[in-house]
Amino acid sequence: MTLPLVYSALQEGHEILAAHEVAGEAFEPFLPGLVILLPLLGFILNGALALAASRRSADALRGGAELDFFEGGKRPWTHSLPTWIGPGVIGLAFLIVLVNFTRMLGADLHEPVIRHYWTWMSTGAFQVDAALQLDQLSMVMMLVVTGVSFIIHVFSVGYMGEDQGYPRYFSYLNLFVFFMLTLVMGASFLLMFVGWEGVGFCSYILIGYWFTDKAKADSGKKAFIVNRIGDLGFLVAMLLLFAGFGAFAGFGTLNFVGVFAAAPDALVYGGGVVTAITLLLLLGATGKSAQIPLYVWLPDAMAGPTPVSALIHAATMVTAGVYMVARTSVLFALAPVGGLTVALIGATTALFAATIGLAQNDIKKVLAYSTISQLGFMFIGVGVGAYAAGIFHLMTHAVFKGLLFLGAGAVIHSMHHALHHTHNDADPQDMRNMGGLRKFLPITWITMWLATLAIAGIWPFAGFFSKDEIIWMAGARAGGVSGGWYTLIWIMALAAAMITAVYMTRLMIMTFHGKNRTGQEEARHLHESPWVMTVPLMVLAFFSIFGGWINVPHAISDSFLGGFGLLPMTEWLHEWLHPIAGVATEIQAANAGAFVDRAPFGGGELLWAVLSTGAALIVVLVSARVVGGFKILPAGESPEPVGFKKVLFMKYYVDEFYDRIIVQPLIRASRFSWKVIDAGIVDGVANGLGNLARALGWFGSLFQTGSVNTYALFLAIGVLVILGVVAF
Amino acid sequence: MLSLLDSIGYGEWILHALLWLPLVGMVLVLMGPEARAKQLAFVWSLVVLGLSLGLWWAFDPGIGTFQFESSIPWIASWGVSYAVALDGISLFMVMLTAFTTAVAILGSFNYIKKHERAFYALMLLMETGVIGVFISIDLFLFYVFWEITLIPMYFIIGVWGGERRIYSAVKFFLFTAFGSLLMLVALLYLFFAAQAISGEPSFAYQALLNVPLSLQEQLWLFGAFCLAFSIKVPVFPFHTWLPDAHVEAPTPGSVVLAAVLLKMGAYGFLRFLLPFFPAAAQHPTVVTLMMVLGIIGIIYTAWVAAVQPDAKKLVAYTSVAHMGFVVLGIFALTVNGLQGGLMVMISHGISTGALFLLLGMMYERRHTRLIADFGGIGRVTPWFATAFMITALTSIGLPGTSGFVGEFLALLGTFQARPVMAIIACSGVIFAAYYMLPMVQKVFFNALEKPENKTMPDLSRRELVILGPMVALMIWIGVQPGPFLRRMEPTVHAVIEQVTGNGLQAQGGHEEEALVTFSSTSPLENEGGEEESSPTHPGDEE
Repeated sequence: MTLPLVYSALQEGHEILAAHEVAGEAFEPFLPGLVILLPLLGFILNGALALAASRRSADALRGGAELDFFEGGKRPWTHSLPTWIGPGVIGLAFLIVLVNFTRMLGADLHEPVIRHYWTWMSTGAFQVDAALQLDQLSMVMMLVVTGVSFIIHVFSVGYMGEDQGYPRYFSYLNLFVFFMLTLVMGASFLLMFVGWEGVGFCSYILIGYWFTDKAKADSGKKAFIVNRIGDLGFLVAMLLLFAGFGAFAGFGTLNFVGVFAAAPDALVYGGGVVTAITLLLLLGATGKSAQIPLYVWLPDAMAGPTPVSALIHAATMVTAGVYMVARTSVLFALAPVGGLTVALIGATTALFAATIGLAQNDIKKVLAYSTISQLGFMFIGVGVGAYAAGIFHLMTHAVFKGLLFLGAGAVIHSMHHALHHTHNDADPQDMRNMGGLRKFLPITWITMWLATLAIAGIWPFAGFFSKDEIIWMAGARAGGVSGGWYTLIWIMALAAAMITAVYMTRLMIMTFHGKNRTGQEEARHLHESPWVMTVPLMVLAFFSIFGGWINVPHAISDSFLGGFGLLPMTEWLHEWLHPIAGVATEIQAANAGAFVDRAPFGGGELLWAVLSTGAALIVVLVSARVVGGFKILPAGESPEPVGFKKVLFMKYYVDEFYDRIIVQPLIRASRFSWKVIDAGIVDGVANGLGNLARALGWFGSLFQTGSVNTYALFLAIGVLVILGVVAF
Repeated sequence: MLSLLDSIGYGEWILHALLWLPLVGMVLVLMGPEARAKQLAFVWSLVVLGLSLGLWWAFDPGIGTFQFESSIPWIASWGVSYAVALDGISLFMVMLTAFTTAVAILGSFNYIKKHERAFYALMLLMETGVIGVFISIDLFLFYVFWEITLIPMYFIIGVWGGERRIYSAVKFFLFTAFGSLLMLVALLYLFFAAQAISGEPSFAYQALLNVPLSLQEQLWLFGAFCLAFSIKVPVFPFHTWLPDAHVEAPTPGSVVLAAVLLKMGAYGFLRFLLPFFPAAAQHPTVVTLMMVLGIIGIIYTAWVAAVQPDAKKLVAYTSVAHMGFVVLGIFALTVNGLQGGLMVMISHGISTGALFLLLGMMYERRHTRLIADFGGIGRVTPWFATAFMITALTSIGLPGTSGFVGEFLALLGTFQARPVMAIIACSGVIFAAYYMLPMVQKVFFNALEKPENKTMPDLSRRELVILGPMVALMIWIGVQPGPFLRRMEPTVHAVIEQVTGNGLQAQGGHEEEALVTFSSTSPLENEGGEEESSPTHPGDEE
């Protein structure tokens, strides 16, 4: 697509936007229930196909044979229909979302539109409805979720095309989209929680999709359990919101609209209850969005199929925590400590995970830590109160990280085939075994570079605008309350941004540049992926380039960075989300001071934008040079990392630490509870009361003749005795 | 539907039919041929189940007092009568019993290979006993049925059980009988206390309500009743009979034990313990003690469950954990807590019943229950694995399943009364995942290595018929719990009013009696008069 075309498209969007200010029509949702139902339908249909197929392969297996569904190049209907059902339902859902989006663009919407379906639970004063909420925030999330999901579903047709569990894969993926949409469209905390736990479950079955591999099944289980630790926080937060604590009597509802309308009056600014609520919600968010201290499941989650990593563990599910903070922005604005904690955790995670990403050799592991780090950026955004910036980065990240994962998928796919052909058991995901792949996978190579430039924050790619906005907004609070903390967060974010450029360049150089290290025979089998996989890459690459233009900051829109005013959608997303985040922004401005247009150490937004993109570009060029100069050996021949590099490679030994202080003690406590307390003390006392019991046991055994007649006799006698007693 | 039931006088005879038909079935099974015993018993239990379904429509969700009440003097000199009735608490317990019995009988077809007649006769006797417990509103009658349920279960474990069946059967018998004896003593004390006031002997439920007792007396009697019910529930530390009983019991025994026998204890809390001794039940120390025991049940038994090598024992321990939520919800004495407790009881009945059936199916195939003997069987038994997964998710309370509704409401209700207790209990969501997921993984995931596992057959048609309705119920209740909650709510309100509005001083016996003089037809007549419930009531009734 040519640039003028893009301009005109954007211009059109701008005009629609301008028009809606005048128009002021009411927003009439178009079949919102169907958006959720379609993925559910896909799950049911694909699930039925999966059950049918699995029954066949199980029958074959019992006969001692592995059933190959693709034998003779023909696909049975159980493995051809999902190609249409799986992406089809999501594509339709995406179209419906688009219709709703254009309607919302043309409407004047200040209050969320609630679609009520049925009363889910109702007891006493407690009532929760099955109801969907349509507003600017849920609309943005619906667009991202259905849009990216559709692209990744299409990619999966190619990537998983040869997998024996093809219908099962699509049924899980459809179910995931169903729960993800429930999460973002639900009109109450409890419904959001349904989606919240639902996506956690889908993540569990998709990580462990190849369940006969113990390591993969372990990873899935770990993800579920770690997520449930976070869910505990969410659960308690809901109890507090509904029933209150101490002087706060609770909201008596879990509906978003009701809670947020009442919150500014019901809760004391900076009070203990609201702080507790936000910190508990944050605990939930750190689980789902893989932040310190609960991030440990995400790197392991890479055991799942790569499109799953792209969809769930990069673009959508892991951003649920960011969405949650943005959704509950009123609460976080009322709890300055809560907001600051979000930002601090985000900054720490961003920096911490980025450093780990420097030393990993598995291409997906690098991307996993990159995702954790980027989610940290989003947390900084929503934590400092720049909700639009956080959501903006969520959107651009969904695109470029989705692209990076799909690109990695294309690489792994190709590597796997090549290694498979030559019966080489080298690791197809280890970048040390790659090198020089650009010759073989040109489309993947180019599109991944575009995504790399985007994530590194180089103008004019998408990531530049969103990441810069977050860093700027963190710095813009340095002059207000707790300014020292925000200065620190700003510095950490800047550092993390630079490290991002380093590890991403390293990934690209090790994978695509330099000498090829797959081996000569293998290299002959390396090839670019089919169009069903490359087209999704190109679509995502398109948005990685232009996606950032929907929210160009005022400060730079008229400069050369803003194309001298040619980029039309200045602060579009910011304005779009104003009805959602406006109240929170006001509360924050009134109590903690407004954002100031000045970085902690001076300078305006334009200056820092130029500095950061310039620095990122230099970092990319320098690291390309440096990494290109390294002598990289295939995995089997390279030396073990030493010193601090080993600490990074071993991910600071956090997993080992958790194992030592939590997992092992819990298992020991469990064994102790069983062997010593339960079998020993509790049952011991009970049995001890029972010399009596034993005597009676012996007595009872006299009746144990094994003859039913005897038993019947005793039974009859017993009944007679009872009746006799009664009658007497 | 309602008019159809009305035209056959459903409300007049249904409780008697549900109570005595299984006993008739028992006689028929005993007289019939051995080879046909199972089919006969199953069809008979299906008839009972079918009849019980009418209660769904005939029961008036608008009123919180007894419905379908009828009373015939039995032993006049003692004031004992054959008095049965139903309210929002017992309604679902009765339906659950009818459902579980049918399912358990169908689930025994391949498992029970000896003395089939005797076995199925005992199952039907058990059904009579349990339904009797749930519908008796005469304490003497209740006690008789309470004791009757012991007999069939004792034999089912003792005769058709595993290797240590005698030990387990006797343990089960002694624990329960011990509690029952204490309850009997307390019951008699209450009886004489009531008689001393009114001058007339009566075991009627209403007569024993609101007996003026000193706090001291209440605490003692509460203790005795509470012990009996706590053993049945079971509440920590009286639970050790349960894993033994479950492990040794044959599949259908475990199913009935988990699904309905444990509920008798929780039902006892709600029906008798709280209303009879309101001052004791609200005593802060008592509430704290019971809640702490409930929490220990939730956390500690989850830990113990997590390290069990025997899958059946694991599930047995999880029963204690689930019932911990029930105890919490009940002693919170809030509408949400009680409703939540009742929902957990229903959900646990279905999901744990299903888990025991599934484990039984595993045992029939491999003659082992050790988790380590399996691995990767999801590949050869995909349908079985799917059913197991859904059931396991219900058991750990994933939203969208029945397990979540009950647990959440119970926690919410507890939080309203004792926030700290609720917060501690919330950790149960983590520990549930901690015991269930590793078991699921070790059985269904990981490599399929053992040759014996490679030939395991998947679900048969009969097994699908058993599991299908159970899985459907788990999801239906999870998505649409409204019709269940609505039917319980008035009764729950009435219980709370009875308990909280009735401390030591209150002795408004007359007013209470006035409330319960509905005849069995009143629910149908009352239909129009229920202004408040009518907007929601006919909504999803059809």
